[in-house]
Amino acid sequence: MSTTKKIAGVALVAALGVTTLSACGGGDTKDKPAGASDAPKSKTVTLVSHDSFNVTESVLKEFEQQSGYTVKVLKSGDAGAALNQEILTKGSPRGDVFFGVDNTLLSRALDNGIFTPYEAKGLAEVKPEYVLDKEHRVTPIDSGDICVNYDKAYFAEKKIAPPQTLDDLTKPEYKNLLVTENAATSSPGLGFLLASVGKYGEDGWKDYWSKLKANGVEVVDGWEQAYNERFSGSAGGKKAKGDRPLVVSYASSPPVEVLYGEPQPAEAPTGVATGTCFRQIEFAGLLKGAKNEEGGKALVDFLVSKKFQEDMPLQMFVNPVTKDAALPELFTKHGVVVEKPENVAPETIAKNREQWVKAWTALVVK
Amino acid sequence: MAVPLAFFGLFFAYPVAAIVGRGLKTDEGWQFGRFAEVLSRPDIADVLWFTTWQAFASTLLTLLIALPAAYVFARFEFPGKQLLRAVVTVPFVLPTVVVGTAFLALLGRGGLLDELAGVRLDTTVWAILLAHVFFNYAVVVRTVGGLWAQLDPRQEEAARVLGAGRFTAWRRVTLPALAPAVAAASLMVFLFTFSSFGVVLILGGPAYSTLEVEVYRQTAQLLDLPTAAVLTMVQFAAIGAILAVHAWTVRKRETALRLVDPGRTTHRPRGWAQRTLLGGVLLTVALLIVAPLGVLVERSFDTPGGYGLGYYRALQDAGAGGGTFLVAPLEAIWNSLQYALAATAIALVVGGLAAAALTRRGGRFVRGFDALLMLPLGVSAVTVGFGFLITLDEPPLDLRTTWILVPLAQALVGVPFVVRTMLPVLRAVDGRLREAAAVLGASPLRAWREVDLPLVRRALLIAAGFAFAVSLGEFGATVFIARADRPTLPVAVARLLGRAGELNYGQAMALSTILMLVCAVSLLLLERLRPDKTSGEF
Repeated sequence: MSTTKKIAGVALVAALGVTTLSACGGGDTKDKPAGASDAPKSKTVTLVSHDSFNVTESVLKEFEQQSGYTVKVLKSGDAGAALNQEILTKGSPRGDVFFGVDNTLLSRALDNGIFTPYEAKGLAEVKPEYVLDKEHRVTPIDSGDICVNYDKAYFAEKKIAPPQTLDDLTKPEYKNLLVTENAATSSPGLGFLLASVGKYGEDGWKDYWSKLKANGVEVVDGWEQAYNERFSGSAGGKKAKGDRPLVVSYASSPPVEVLYGEPQPAEAPTGVATGTCFRQIEFAGLLKGAKNEEGGKALVDFLVSKKFQEDMPLQMFVNPVTKDAALPELFTKHGVVVEKPENVAPETIAKNREQWVKAWTALVVK
Repeated sequence: MAVPLAFFGLFFAYPVAAIVGRGLKTDEGWQFGRFAEVLSRPDIADVLWFTTWQAFASTLLTLLIALPAAYVFARFEFPGKQLLRAVVTVPFVLPTVVVGTAFLALLGRGGLLDELAGVRLDTTVWAILLAHVFFNYAVVVRTVGGLWAQLDPRQEEAARVLGAGRFTAWRRVTLPALAPAVAAASLMVFLFTFSSFGVVLILGGPAYSTLEVEVYRQTAQLLDLPTAAVLTMVQFAAIGAILAVHAWTVRKRETALRLVDPGRTTHRPRGWAQRTLLGGVLLTVALLIVAPLGVLVERSFDTPGGYGLGYYRALQDAGAGGGTFLVAPLEAIWNSLQYALAATAIALVVGGLAAAALTRRGGRFVRGFDALLMLPLGVSAVTVGFGFLITLDEPPLDLRTTWILVPLAQALVGVPFVVRTMLPVLRAVDGRLREAAAVLGASPLRAWREVDLPLVRRALLIAAGFAFAVSLGEFGATVFIARADRPTLPVAVARLLGRAGELNYGQAMALSTILMLVCAVSLLLLERLRPDKTSGEF
């Protein structure tokens, strides 16, 4: 639509009110013949997701050609906000499939009943430890580890070994080195808190955080500030003169530093402390009340297909969940394999998340 | 009157009422007991207290720093004045994510202030207050300065001839004439800082929280709608009270002013006192506004191989290597401009009609409507965005996935600017001119075109400029409703900042610089367009 048309349309809407408005809405769908609501058998399938969703254009095109569906993607906010919008619009969803609910929010999604069970074709290929919902209301799509990253140059220069485990972080040689995110508003922040719960249990984590606090942990609001401002190992952090060589980020952050290096370095400037990780698993599900259920099923199948699974790592910097998907060289060369991530059951998280976050805030922030 | 009422009813009152209702009404009826329950929580009381006092402090500090500038811009002629006026307005449109970055670079560890004086402000409330001054400087300079430039200096001179001292003359003549503009500016700054979101989130760290931040957290993160509803109502009440005070002060002081062409009141600074004042203001602008913006620009050129255009070049082919939904930055610029133009058009039509209606009629009802139009400025974007989701969900009004939702949401914030700008000018139009036109046989439309329009053209352009700038920088509502294939510039910047890696960070800085430029150029164009006539409250 041209700008002038748009403005004319808008002026009309404003001048004539509601009647014109609906007419204009109709005009919009006429422009794009694949409007989901008005076609008898819809050829458009809509994926609702969070801001981080990404896919290579050719991969998506291939799916569209094979299935005959046109894919429309709606992204709205971070993972928590996107899911909550789905819960609010339960029964009258904006799309057919929702992608991006993770294990920390899974119970909220399931308890609110926003998904229709569907067993994806290709589910057999998915590693069984990721299939957390036996009724298949959700299908696992990717996994990623939230871990402490370290600035290799800093530790090389100081001739100290970088920390490896959660326990290490409380040792005197790592005093005043770690920056983490607010567990109340940031998903890596919450993940790190959950790593400590997984490791030290529901009774022991507070004690651990008291030690971390005594050892000078710094808390900032979001990943952007922690990683791009405070962390000395990242590109942004170097410019911002960040002086914290330890940050809570992702196990995939070092490969990303390589990929977006200018020029690409031979070795990642940052490393991962593999004993500090919490595993996040992201799921997709067919939305209850979907206008295009058939298309939605095809889309879920596509998300666990080899093609999409192998595309994900370099688009969203997460790991595939299927057995047959190969990792790109960037990941095998510069990434790490986290053998034993910490875990907490989704139901336990759902039951306690609020009180943990409150206790954490009182203990660490105030 | 009907159009603005319908617009606000449909796209503001109804969605907000619906989401608040969802929080407060259960199967057992309305849960008004929640108010006492939520408000008695100590953490909520802390939030309320901090929200209020930081807004007061920010407003005072902004007035203190920006009023001298308003005088300088109004009375002095100096090279680069127009450019500078556009520059001080740029912060107004920048996404807070970006500004937070710039401020940390200046006030944080290893920042300019740290290196020069060994002072770090990044974890203190000072960082928040200064950032608020940075954002709202233009509100005071434009609102107060615009009027000041048109006050006839001969009135003050007359008082002095009659024996009043310099200060007395200013206090008795100029100050009362300026008071409504100062009150209006203070009110706007207070509203913006009372509902501050991004600044507090980033610079305050997790220790400080405003009502707006808390509403966001309760709605978007926790889905605790009852608590969010209570907090939204509290924010409503607070803003209603502020608006009531404002309406009262304006009514008390609304006097017919003799306004003159600003070109006639300015002169080059004379004497050491005036030169010092000008120098002081320029220095403040340099430190407070140009320096943070400069940091961003500097970083956008600071590539690993030395200064260069590397990040800008990367912007051109960012779409190629990445995925479908990674933003093609040049497209984002185009999207932003389109949305902002559409939003400006809506805001001008709705706001213009509202202002016209408010001028023609009096009475309590109309004054109430005046206040109602300001409410969107004080209501959280997440409340409006989530309200849209649950109300505009049925044909023919299932707009949740259409492009028009974005300009609609942006226009909500733009309309108050249009109304506030146009209202004083429209009120100042002499009714007898219209009557004369009517007597001479002009139709009402013709009378409006021949009498009102030429007089309000400048106000209209200023209003358009503000509405456009606000829409260009709007982030809060847009992030919830933008479609993946049509992200705006601020959304694109946020997405780039959300990824690790040199190139992403550099591109975010480059894109922010472009956003600044686009905004400054649009404002400069508008400044050139406007014929010098009366100005409104901005």
